[in-house]
This record gives sequence, C-alpha cells and structure tokens, in this order.
Amino acid sequence: MDLNYSAEEEAFRQEVRTFLKEKFPQDIGDKTRAGKRYSNVDNGRWQAALYANGWDVPSWPVEHGGTNWTPVQADIFDEECFAVGAPRMVPFGTRLVGPVITNFGSDAQKKKYLPAIRNGDHFWCQGFSEPGAGSDLASLKTRAVLDGDEWVVNGQKTWTSSAQYANWIFCLVRTNTEVKNQEGISFLLIDMATPGVTVRPIVLISGEAPVNEVFLEDVRVPKENLVGEVDMGWTYAKFLLGNERTGIAGVGAGKADLVELKRIARVERKNGKPMIEDPLFQARLSRLEIDLKALELTNMRMLSEVGDGNPGAFASMLKIRGSELQQRFSELQMEATGAYALPWQQGPLEADWNGKAVGPDHAAPRAPLYYDRRKTTIYGGSTEVQKNIITKSLLGL
Amino acid sequence: MDFGYSEEQVLFSNSLQKLLSDSYNVDVRRALVEDGPGYSEDVWKAFAEMGLLALPFPEDMGGFDGTSVDTMVVAIELGRHLALEPYVPTVVMAGSALKLAGSDAQKTDLIAKIISGDLKMAVALTEPGSRFDMADVTTRAVANGDDYIISGSKSVVLGGDLADKIIVSVRTSGDTRSEDGLTLFIVDANADGVSRETYSLLDGRGGADIHLENVRVPASAVLGTLDQAWSVMEHVADQASAALCAESLGAFEKVNELTLEYLKVREQFGRPIGKFQVLQHHMADMVIEYEHARSLVCQSSMKADSEDAAERGKAVSSTKVYLGEGGHKSCQSAIQLHGGIGMTAEYELGDFVKRMAISEVLFGDVDHHLVRFGKLSYLD
Ligand SMILES: Cc1cc2nc3c(=O)[nH]c(=O)nc-3n(C[C@H](O)[C@H](O)[C@H](O)COP(=O)(O)OP(=O)(O)OC[C@H]3O[C@@H](n4cnc5c(N)ncnc54)[C@H](O)[C@@H]3O)c2cc1C
Repeated sequence: MDLNYSAEEEAFRQEVRTFLKEKFPQDIGDKTRAGKRYSNVDNGRWQAALYANGWDVPSWPVEHGGTNWTPVQADIFDEECFAVGAPRMVPFGTRLVGPVITNFGSDAQKKKYLPAIRNGDHFWCQGFSEPGAGSDLASLKTRAVLDGDEWVVNGQKTWTSSAQYANWIFCLVRTNTEVKNQEGISFLLIDMATPGVTVRPIVLISGEAPVNEVFLEDVRVPKENLVGEVDMGWTYAKFLLGNERTGIAGVGAGKADLVELKRIARVERKNGKPMIEDPLFQARLSRLEIDLKALELTNMRMLSEVGDGNPGAFASMLKIRGSELQQRFSELQMEATGAYALPWQQGPLEADWNGKAVGPDHAAPRAPLYYDRRKTTIYGGSTEVQKNIITKSLLGL
Repeated sequence: MDFGYSEEQVLFSNSLQKLLSDSYNVDVRRALVEDGPGYSEDVWKAFAEMGLLALPFPEDMGGFDGTSVDTMVVAIELGRHLALEPYVPTVVMAGSALKLAGSDAQKTDLIAKIISGDLKMAVALTEPGSRFDMADVTTRAVANGDDYIISGSKSVVLGGDLADKIIVSVRTSGDTRSEDGLTLFIVDANADGVSRETYSLLDGRGGADIHLENVRVPASAVLGTLDQAWSVMEHVADQASAALCAESLGAFEKVNELTLEYLKVREQFGRPIGKFQVLQHHMADMVIEYEHARSLVCQSSMKADSEDAAERGKAVSSTKVYLGEGGHKSCQSAIQLHGGIGMTAEYELGDFVKRMAISEVLFGDVDHHLVRFGKLSYLD
C-alpha cells in the first residue's frame, strides 16, 4: 500500500497547475469565490482555454482529441481545476453526448458533431427526463415516427439543464410501442432551431432558472440524426450514464467547499472569537472533513483497483456519499453565516451587481446554494435509486 | 394534563383559519412579496377586528388577557397559511416588552394603538457582530441633558421594515458582552438619524438592518429600568422563539400534508411512489418528528409566560433545538421525496420549508440553544 502519488502523477499535477496559473481566467475564479453566477460566456471562455491546450475532452479517444489520461490523472486535473475556482464543466457535449457519438455514431456524425462540440459551435443539452418519466426513465413517451426521410417528434422533456443556452439537444424518444419499454427507445439529435421546439424556464427554490421544459411539437428531424440503430437508444443511454468514472464523487469540488467553509468560519465570530474556534462548530467541521477524506480515499481506491469488485455499485456509493457531502458543505456554510443567511438576496449573485449586499460578503450566496444543492441527491439517479442498485447488484438482495 | 384547545381557542383558531384561507393563496401572497408592501393591510385590519392584536394584553387596556398558549394557537395558523403580517414582532415581541417593562404612560399610549391596528413595532436585539448573543451590544447611548443620544447598528430585525416604532437594546454602561448595563429604548423609525436597510427574508416576510446615527430620544423613551434590561430582553426573545416555533409547527404540518399527498399521486415504475418502502419510512420519520415537535411546542408555549427564567429558557431552548434538527431534516426529506418537483419555486413546498428556516435561525440556532440548555440545566 502507498498513499502517495507517483512521481509522474506529481509532475502531471505541476503541469496542470502551471496551465491553470497561465490560462485560467482569474475573473471567473473570483466569481466562484464570491458565489456569483456564471454567464454562458464564462463557460465558453473556460472551454476555449482548455481547447487551446488540448484538454477540453480528456475522456474521448485520442484520434478525436482525447488525452489518454489515467483515472488518477483525470482526478488530479479535476481537483486542481476546482482549487482555482474553475466552473464545473458543462458536461452535455464533452462528457455525455460526445462519447456516445465517438462510440456509436456514424462517420458522418463524428465529422459533423465532434469538432463542433470542441470549438463551441454546438452547445448541447440533455433531453431524457419527462414529466412522467423521472426515476423510471424507460417509461418515456416522447414519440418519434418516421415520415419519409424525417422523424416527426412529439412530446415533452423537462428538467432540461442549460436548454436556454443550447442549440442542440440529444433526446431519448420512443420509436416502437410494440415492445418492452427499454426496447423501443432511440437516441436522436435535434437542432433546437427546428420549428416546433419551445423552451420554457423553470425557476427553482434557489431563485435561479437553470432548468427548462422543452416542448416538441411536430418537430421534423432528418433521419440521419438518429445515433446507432433504431430502438437501441436505451443501450446508448446506459453507456452515457455509466460512462462517468471520475468526478462522480466530487472530491475536488468538496475540497473547494471546505476552503470556503473555513474562510467563512474565520470571519464569522461567536462569543467574541472566530467561529472556527467554537468547539461545537469544530466538531461539525471535523466530521465533515473526515467524511471528505474517507470519500477521497474511497474514490482513489476505486480508481486504482479497476476491475476489483463491482464498479457499478461502487460508483453508486460514491454518488450517494459525494452528493450528501455537497449538501452538508452548503448547509454548514449557511449555518456559519447565522442570521445574515436569512435575507433573500438575488441581486448580489449577478455578475454585474454593484449595489451593497446585506451582511458580510459571503452571506448572499448561502441560502440559494443550500437550496440549490438539494438537487444533488435527486438528479443523476436519486439516492434511493442508487441504493436500489447497491442492494441488487452488489448485495444480491 | 390537557393538550387540547379550549372552546374559545377552537373558535378563534377556526375563524383565523377562515380569514387566512379566504384572504391568502399562493398567488396573492407572492404578489404581496414581489410587487406589494410585503404584507396585507386588509388582513392586518381584519386581525384588529377579530381581536387578535388585543389577545395578549390585559383586559383593563382593552385586551383579552390571553396567554402564550393563545399566542401559539394564532402562530400555528400564521405558519400554516404563511401569513406575512408582522404579528410576532408587533404583538408578541413589542407587546411583551411593553407588558413586562412599560411605564403606565407607554402602555396606555402604545398598546391601544397596537390593538387598533394603527401601530406596527419591532424589537431589535442583535447586531452585525453579535451572532445570537444578545448581551453583545455595541450600540451606545450617552446622556445629553434630559435626552439620550444613540448610535450603532442592529441586524436582521424581523418586521423592522414595517415598524413605526422600534424597541432597541442599547449599552448604557458595562463592558461589551456584559448582561449588565443594557437598556431598551423606544425609537421612532422615522426619527432623525435612523436609517433602514430593508429586505425580504427567505420566506418573503420583511426584515431590516437598522442604523442609528446620533439619534436623539427623550428620557421618556427608556423602556423599563436603566441598565437593567437583560431579563426583559431574554423574556421577549423567549416569547418570540416560542411563537416562531409554533409558526414553524404550522408550516411543518403543511410540509407533511403536501408530501403525503404527493406520495399517493406521483407514479413511477407503474405504481404510486408511496408504495416504495424506503419512502414510506422517510414519511413515517417526518410524522414522528412532527408529533414530538408538537409536544415541545405545547410545552414552550405553556412556559413562555413564566417569570422563572431557567424553567422558561429550558423549555424554549428545547423546542428550538428539536425543531431546528427534526424540522430541518424533515424539510430535506420532503424535497427529496418530491424529486424534481420539490426543487421548483412554483410549487408551494419550498415556501413552507423557508418559513421553517427563519424560525430555526432567528433568536438562536441549534448550537446556541444546545449550549443555553446546558448552561441552564447543569451549571448554577
Ligand atoms: C436541477 C436538476 C437538473 C436536471 N437536469 C436534467 C437534464 O439536464 N436532463 C434530464 O434529462 N434530466 C435532468 N434532471 C432530471 C432528473 O434526472 C430527475 O429529476 C430524476 O431522474 C428524478 O426524477 P423525478 O424528478 O421525476 O422524481 P421521481 O422519479 O418522481 O422521484 C420522486 C421520489 O421517489 C423516489 N423513487 C423513485 N423511484 C423509486 C424506487 N424505485 N425506489 C425508491 N424510491 C424511488 C425518488 O428517489 C424520489 O425521492 C434534472 C433534475 C434536477 C432537479
């Protein structure tokens, strides 16, 4: 056993640090630390910086721009990015639909879509969930019927993140109603500018509207936009959802949260002393830091013991614990802020705000972030669904 | 023992319920918060007509001699209906401060105006750097002839946005963080030198930070005894906490109702999600928490009038701790059990959850009240 990174891994970490120091836009990091919201332009600038360095699509095959990083390298990269306050990469193009296209797409699709993801021409969103199909995704009803050379699509998607920015959406659609739910689904790429596509924002309890309803009404999609084979979409979707090996646990993000939490606890005062010296608070903080370490080590164990045990169930464990930690960080940050977390302040979260916020600088983002983070145990397979996976596939219950 | 409502309490609980369901719904409330004054003057006037604003005051002042249990009955409905009116700051907080410490002249003048609905008040006990320690007061008053001149800042004052008069805790002697040397002053919200930073809180109710810069008040503005305000401040904060916990309980009841209903109607995998045992158990936990919280809310309301500071403080801190943990966790479960719908602002669940968050934090969070309970119980 050895808890240390190898010399090569340490060298790689240095390389990443140098890159970030030189190329990561500092003002975006400032926004992160101030808890402000990113604009889509910010995401684009960050993506462009990565692209210029050949690091925008690390998980892709090398011939399409991938880096061939080991899982540990990918993890180091994530951690260093979060440490400087880089935004979580919008995953839809680079991490989700990209790999589906590289694995199952036609040559024409690879040629058309892959470069466009990388250079930012295509901004993707994910049209899987529907009002009636959340955890039970396979029950989805959005229908695609072939009419000549086109699929005609009717139905509704919901919870579609970033649809307000996206110009392409990858959808699961029902192409066969005669077979079992999972066997009649296809994977379709739709240009959002096609007539019949309507996007309506959904405001969340955080005050933000990051998700949308997407209505599809007689949307005519060229036949060649179907990925792989007709009725095989469920297989591709499972590949897409299980493709994420690294980053599930969110260790890098957790470390950045911990830094912020300690910063707040040094500024806030209790009984005439910095909050961080309060024994009750220390106990909560310690517990969280220990849990984060356990997560980090478990994540490393999973990455280094590939093939050992059941990776599917392991991924579920990391998702469950990682999402809970994300919630607890935002919770303790809010708690540390005390009564100044109670004023509902949306203005200061906007980048161009120049008013005066109520309370200390760190106060305004606390409640919105706390409420926003409730999503982490719901999306990407809810905690309950992940536990079902563990009990079935690992424990055989 | 009797945990039931009296006949009278049933009556005014029912009429308040009726008033609030007739005058409030999601849209009305949100319009008041987003485009309006943050409360309904009509509802406030209706409270006055129903006698709710007179409830805790002595009969010889036009009141009904009500107890904190009566206040609880009201507060539960305010929470259940997410009423925005400044009942707790005006009637419960300023009301009890006046009852406990007011001179005859102050009582005659101010209580009558509260009862008629013509006066809104707030009580400002915490400061930007004090966290929940009400003894940590840096706002100062210095005597100047027959007057006092006050300077300092007060933070997150519930109802501070609407108040016509604000009762402010001020250091008149002693060291910062000393319980001795504190004095309450009644300050006109529009007096020279008073400025307010007003805002909506998470749940849409209004609050304010209040800045006092060389505010001149006459000696008659002193509420109670000079330098000796601490016990009154503690009692007022306990009354406020008891009432806010009762509000929270009302909201909690709605959180559970909404969630139970959703478990029955939402279907996934061909059945109502309420058929999944793990969700059933979460729901059962929420009900268990609710019932125990209810018992403690009854206790703290029965003790909130007590002059025995330790007995009263322990009861109130117990409820704050219990709801702060059990209610908090139940709110998280409620959102979780709803899935994505629980995340949406349009759905009402979040409004109840946020109402409970206010009660959890104002006048001390879980840690604060754990320590306070410990001090009151194990040290003497
Ligand atoms: C902020 C946010 C962003 C999202 N972004 C996207 C996106 O970009 N694209 C997209 O397609 N989708 C997106 N989603 C949707 C997300 O994947 C779904 O919310 C998720 O699948 C849960 O579905 P649901 O909301 O319908 O909840 P439901 O499935 O109705 O779940 C309700 C409750 O029932 C529980 N439950 C369900 N089935 C079981 C079971 N078998 N056993 C035990 N408990 C069960 C759940 O755990 C949950 O507690 C997003 C959601 C959110 C909140």
